[in-house]
Amino acid sequence: MSEIRNYTLNFGPQHPAAHGVLRLVLEMDGEVIERADPHIGLLHRGTEKLAESKPFNQSIPYMDRLDYVSMMCNEHGYVLALEKMLGVEVPLRAQYIRVMFDEITRILNHMMWLGTHALDVGAMTVFLYCFREREDLMDMYEAVSGARMHAAYYRAGGVYRDLPDQMPQYELSKWKNEKDVKLLNENRQGSLLDFIEDFTNRFPGYIDDYETLLTDNRIWKQRTVGIGVVSPERAKQLGFTGPMLRGSGIEWDLRKKQPYEVYDKLKFDIPVGVNGDCYDRYLVRVEELRQSNRLIKQCIDWLRRNPGPVILDDHKFTAPAREEMKGNMEALIHHFKLFTEGYTLPAGEAYAAIEHPKGEFGIYLVADGANKPYRLKIRAPGFIHLAAMDEMTRGHMLADVVAVIGSMDIVFGDVDR
Amino acid sequence: MSEYYQNLIEKLNTRFGNAITGSSVQFGEANIVVDKAQLLQVATALRDEADFAFEELIDLSGVDYSEYGDGIWEGPRFAVAYHLLSIKHNHRLRMKVFGDDDMPVLDSVVNIWSSANWYEREAFDLFGIVFDGHPDLRRILTDYGFIGHPFRKDFPLTGHVEMRYDPEKRRVIYQPVTIEPRVNQVRVVRDDHRYSDRMTEES
Repeated sequence: MSEIRNYTLNFGPQHPAAHGVLRLVLEMDGEVIERADPHIGLLHRGTEKLAESKPFNQSIPYMDRLDYVSMMCNEHGYVLALEKMLGVEVPLRAQYIRVMFDEITRILNHMMWLGTHALDVGAMTVFLYCFREREDLMDMYEAVSGARMHAAYYRAGGVYRDLPDQMPQYELSKWKNEKDVKLLNENRQGSLLDFIEDFTNRFPGYIDDYETLLTDNRIWKQRTVGIGVVSPERAKQLGFTGPMLRGSGIEWDLRKKQPYEVYDKLKFDIPVGVNGDCYDRYLVRVEELRQSNRLIKQCIDWLRRNPGPVILDDHKFTAPAREEMKGNMEALIHHFKLFTEGYTLPAGEAYAAIEHPKGEFGIYLVADGANKPYRLKIRAPGFIHLAAMDEMTRGHMLADVVAVIGSMDIVFGDVDR
Repeated sequence: MSEYYQNLIEKLNTRFGNAITGSSVQFGEANIVVDKAQLLQVATALRDEADFAFEELIDLSGVDYSEYGDGIWEGPRFAVAYHLLSIKHNHRLRMKVFGDDDMPVLDSVVNIWSSANWYEREAFDLFGIVFDGHPDLRRILTDYGFIGHPFRKDFPLTGHVEMRYDPEKRRVIYQPVTIEPRVNQVRVVRDDHRYSDRMTEES
């Protein structure tokens, strides 16, 4: 008779399904997981400590690099904390722009999640489709901020600049002939808002495409239904937020329950799961895509009708315009002080949270009246979801680990900080 | 919102009495400071009692106050801030507990909120705060074999060691850092008059 042995299996950090640099040490009995021990920190950059050494505004680009697939949402959490302590209300147009870009970011994030999750579980086509859509979304980022990923677009007091009137277009090159360029520029003739609107009209059809590929797919259901089940009580105990919590059947969304910016003026629904398994979390996120699309449409409609300022005119913490500085001494002094020293916050502490695509993204800021944060703690949703890895995979097969990691929507920039 | 939290603070003060050593509402958020010895009783009551029902521990964060306000801080050096959320009542609370010396030991809340598990490991790793009763208090974010607690204020931003590949020894080695510490923008504490009225009014 052959001897039965327990194995310790090392999964990652160089594994395509590890979504970056996850190292999992799995104790297995045959193919069944007895204990999963995630080793994280391989991407730890000490963002919180770095932020302590820089004036407040200079940490905004660090936020982009946390969860590097939902850049603007991270910035949003950070600037909300600053604004809470500064005690300022941002212009309405800036609030709509922020909400619109938060929702674009949510689609961007969920496209990445859907593509890689499906790829891990064995569906190649979805991945290619999702990345096709991400291209358009990144073009929107580029048009508004100049960067395709790390935008650094939000500021305490508003957003850096208004939406451009002309969508940038493709040009003739060695690789693109006249016919290609014409085709690529077809929906880029108007402003950025026209481009986004064109996208929102096309997008529901794309979601239908993904759903035909996955929702009733026998293999997809076999791999996800009943896998990684989390009961509502356990979900709360484990500190779940966002789609992970809603997948377990708890109706909780900060956009509805503790509305920030203009979410209370917009119409959207919160999808909620029933069983708390990987399949329900998939359904919740796919429905969120549709709701995000709906929100973007409402924002476009409002932004078209209401021009106005996009950043506060208080130059104690927002930069004055270039032309103003040429003739106005006050503006020049403000500019100098702002860029050499920055601004100070009142002493105290604040916690600001937003509904990030992955869950609740919070910033706990302790200030002592200086021009730099005294302590900045980032409440990253991925960190606490990954902590539940052991509980969610215990008793499942090795292949299910991959499905569970996929359904958690893990990004290591955000877990390791 | 501030009014709601004032009421909550009053309720907490009457319920827990001298277990709460300080409380305030600032920036529309409720803060309490809990006596270290009574942390577990207070935390259990906060989770279980219907008036509070803080089902979720949203965040747990260590703070090192040794350089606060350029040395004006007189209290204990380390604190742990617990951010609690009640889904039932839709309210939040920040609960702070101070440790008493350079190697503070607090009771672990992992049996009250499971999510504390990794958060406490993180606070231990980065600040050296020990949580008594934690089942598995290992380092989590720093390297295997790391020495020191990097988020303490006396730990330099550059760190102590750097890692490189040594072609002679044909392996990766650790050596003292070669980069000079530098400060591009100086830290200044400003007594900003714009905030003075807001500070007194709310604290």
